[in-house]
Amino acid sequence: MTQKLKLPPHVKETELKGLYKQMWLIRFFEEKVDEFFAKGMIHGTTHLSVGQEASAVGSIAVLNEQDKITSTHRGHGHCIAKGATVNGMMAELFGRTTGYCKGKGGSMHIADVDKGNLGANGIVGGGFAIAAGAALTSQMKGAGYVVLCFFGDGASNEGSFHEAINLASIWKLPVVFICENNQYGMSGPVREMINIEDIAARAASYGIPGKVVDGNDVFEVMNGVSEAVDRARNGEGPSIVEAKTYRSKGHSKSDAKKYRTREEEKEWLLRDPIKLMAKVLIEEEIFTQQEAEEIKADAKKEVEESVEFAKNSPEPTLDALMEDIYA
Amino acid sequence: MRELTYLEAVREAMSQEMRANEDVFVLGEDIGVYGGAFGVTRGMIEEFGPERIRNTPISEAAISGTAVGAALTGMRPIVELQFSDFMTIAMDNMVNQAAKIRYMYGGKGKVPMVLRTPAGSGTGAAAQHSQSLEAWMAHIPGLKVVQPSTAYDAKGLLKAAIDDDNPVIFYEHKLCYPKKSDVPEEAYSIPLGKADIKKQGSDVTIVATAIMVHKSLEAAEELQKEGIEVEVIDPRTLVPLDIETIVQSVKKTGRLVVVHEAVKRGGFGGEIASLIAESEAFDYLDAPIKRLGGKAVPIPYNPELEKAAVPVVADIVTAVKETLNRL
Repeated sequence: MTQKLKLPPHVKETELKGLYKQMWLIRFFEEKVDEFFAKGMIHGTTHLSVGQEASAVGSIAVLNEQDKITSTHRGHGHCIAKGATVNGMMAELFGRTTGYCKGKGGSMHIADVDKGNLGANGIVGGGFAIAAGAALTSQMKGAGYVVLCFFGDGASNEGSFHEAINLASIWKLPVVFICENNQYGMSGPVREMINIEDIAARAASYGIPGKVVDGNDVFEVMNGVSEAVDRARNGEGPSIVEAKTYRSKGHSKSDAKKYRTREEEKEWLLRDPIKLMAKVLIEEEIFTQQEAEEIKADAKKEVEESVEFAKNSPEPTLDALMEDIYA
Repeated sequence: MRELTYLEAVREAMSQEMRANEDVFVLGEDIGVYGGAFGVTRGMIEEFGPERIRNTPISEAAISGTAVGAALTGMRPIVELQFSDFMTIAMDNMVNQAAKIRYMYGGKGKVPMVLRTPAGSGTGAAAQHSQSLEAWMAHIPGLKVVQPSTAYDAKGLLKAAIDDDNPVIFYEHKLCYPKKSDVPEEAYSIPLGKADIKKQGSDVTIVATAIMVHKSLEAAEELQKEGIEVEVIDPRTLVPLDIETIVQSVKKTGRLVVVHEAVKRGGFGGEIASLIAESEAFDYLDAPIKRLGGKAVPIPYNPELEKAAVPVVADIVTAVKETLNRL
């Protein structure tokens, strides 16, 4: 067994095929959404996480079912990794009643509170304090769950980052802040927006651990997040884990990506997280090349079916407009 | 029945709710041993301990957001925001998160939190510590807005606010804190959305909020000496608003004066006036509706200038006489 397959205690070898499938589900879901936007079949906007599958799947793989997450505007991958069905997600993007938010939330607000997904967020940095609050509930009720708070490199420059992490640190809240550093805050290159090499280094100013992992290596993500989750669960407080990765697509659908070179994109493509995972799993004889292809085909089929499900789902009636404003 | 000050009534409501329900807790700046900027939480940490009377760093974004996250996961937090002016820093969490979560999530999840905060001028604290910004919050679907004027109302409305499954902004006027009224010892609830007729009258209706209720009652007393019978209505909650009680009163008196301390321009008085103009009461109006509000100026420091910035009793007397054509 190579170093690559050093799994954290919470992840069983038998789960790896399922995690591999999640990677493809995310990839195919995003590509399908991209296609439908281009065709004008889905409206609004969306922020795709193609290329960032490993940070979502690797992080959430180490959680228990009752653990919770908060997500970002680029949240489809987190939702799928936390167990959301692509049917419910696709239907949401089509604005249908069978969507996760009955068609009222759309891409940036998919949540599944009962299953511990406290929601994607259209506000950059909006999730920091909410995650801390959910962790506070866990601590006050002795519920034992941990919260993962996903955020991007851009969000680490918001005031809420500082405020919430400081609060979580002094109260030793069971929360792990996971920075998906995809190199750009919209068009802003992280090297121009942040004057340090690693965002994880900011952890030092809150007296908590900060760790950098290869965000395209799902195993490195798992192990890094696992350590932080254990620490949180043991009452030792929060951590920051920074997963260095890359957003293959633009910021949102209207992005011509003028701020970066095609060469840079190609460089990162060589380290595609799904291919990297497949390579390791084949080398380690977790599955054969053929099985890998079958899993991929299954994921593709599931996403295709979600399109049918979404298209065949009812549109909300106008009565729904004024429903659910207040509890 | 014993008398309590408004401040003591607020404290008693929180204490009784905390005894009755362990999910209720308070968080805010200096609310622990110090007892809060105005002394509202004084003594509470001795009874409930630092876990439930939770002293925070100076971090309004973290405090408000943590409350959102805690509420979303099953707690019933009460935030004490030291001055309502600091809402600017808590704004994202109240407006983009708390108010919208339920709707965005298609009716799944709820945010049962109360944000209590002292508002208003009259303490010499000048422009950044004296504003009345309730119209901001009343404008946002998903929030409820409460503005008690008496100790009795403060206790009953705060219980209702804590029991409510929605985010509630609870404005406490600083000049109301020392005001006393009869307050029952047992817990009681005043439903949100039910106005109170503070004084019956037949000639003119005054709708007033917070400290302006007291000033209007004083004005009514003066006017009574001249044989003018004023009806004073305190809506107590702006959202939901009991417009029906106001409509009935205007149909009886045929005249309406709306008084609030907040800047008149864009203030909630405009909303009340418009609702009456749109209602069946319009046909009963014998004079134009009169709005009294603060001048469009930051609250100044100098005591005489400060008084001149917001309506005083004499202004209300004049306004009533104008509507009666008695000047």
